[in-house]
Amino acid sequence: MRKSKLLPGMAMLLAVLLMSMRFVSDGYKVGDTVADFKLKNVDGKAVSLADRKDVKGYIIAFTCNTCPVAKAYESRIIALNEQFAPKGYPVVAIQSNDEQRSPGDSYGAMQQRARGKSYGFPYLHDETQAVAKAFGATNTPHMFVLKKEGDAYKVAYIGAIDNNQRDAAAADKKYVEQAVTELLAGKPVTMPTARAIGCGIKWRDA
Amino acid sequence: MKTCLAFLAVWLVCSVCLPARGQSVAVIKLAQLGPLLNKTDDTLRVVNFWATWCAPCVKELPQFEAVRQKYADRKLSVLLVNLDEPDALETKVKPFVKKRNLRSRVVLLDEPDQNAWIEKIAPEWSGALPMTLVVNRAKNIRKFIGKAVKEGELETIINAYKPQ
Repeated sequence: MRKSKLLPGMAMLLAVLLMSMRFVSDGYKVGDTVADFKLKNVDGKAVSLADRKDVKGYIIAFTCNTCPVAKAYESRIIALNEQFAPKGYPVVAIQSNDEQRSPGDSYGAMQQRARGKSYGFPYLHDETQAVAKAFGATNTPHMFVLKKEGDAYKVAYIGAIDNNQRDAAAADKKYVEQAVTELLAGKPVTMPTARAIGCGIKWRDA
Repeated sequence: MKTCLAFLAVWLVCSVCLPARGQSVAVIKLAQLGPLLNKTDDTLRVVNFWATWCAPCVKELPQFEAVRQKYADRKLSVLLVNLDEPDALETKVKPFVKKRNLRSRVVLLDEPDQNAWIEKIAPEWSGALPMTLVVNRAKNIRKFIGKAVKEGELETIINAYKPQ
């Protein structure tokens, strides 16, 4: 009797395990509610999603100082904040690279970068990499658009900023801009995920 | 240590007396890469996706060169798929291949709409570099490595599949 109850359970568990192995990240999927976090900003203050009551959502950017792709997209991340922060979707940038493996991404280097480029948004240090893991961020840059529903933040878009790394003007698919524009218009996001070549996040040696 | 390795690398190259032919880098499309990955012969394929701007990729390239040499008498091939921009072919990719004396086959994949092809290469791949596949279609072998390979990891994987 006990055995017969146990077996389907174990089979189920095995199935779930096998299925989860098919995906590179076990992080959030589109539609998931994200757990709030508290990370240190470059100004020394802690930042959480719940801090701002006036927003409609967030544009989360996992990025860094050192990755050539992230650097190519830096001005586009700044532009997204300028375009959408006034409309209720500010950018929150998060840097998760391990500073042992990537010294150019130390907290001090992050502070310099944010100051040098006058970031108008938080640039948070994910020192333990727990937030990148929770989100399932793997690249820099890796974008997550969150939509506020009540007190919850739901993932509405995951992936690339646009489809032309080298030349912003030549990009004819601006994934993040399109997703946020659709959310602001109360429409469903037509392209909820898009992939792009980027730098792998430099994970701390286990 | 690094100097030692550099000497060793130079020695290895000299000892096999390879002719100093220039390594060519073909520019290919996805339609040409697909058949390379899916050949139904008995050769085990180690396919590494990299770029000259990707530091962890550059660091691990010698490991691919090393397994290519180590398994030279087995049915194993190494393919290095470069993902630099096509206009960097002459200015960056070819000089890099020459400077590092890469002997494995190098191709540059010219497919601008990344979202359209990343998933076709590997559904579990987010696009983060480096990425490596160990494949043999006929034997149903497919191992996905979504990050840099650790020292010895490639050999462990290859040995597990016993290339003839």
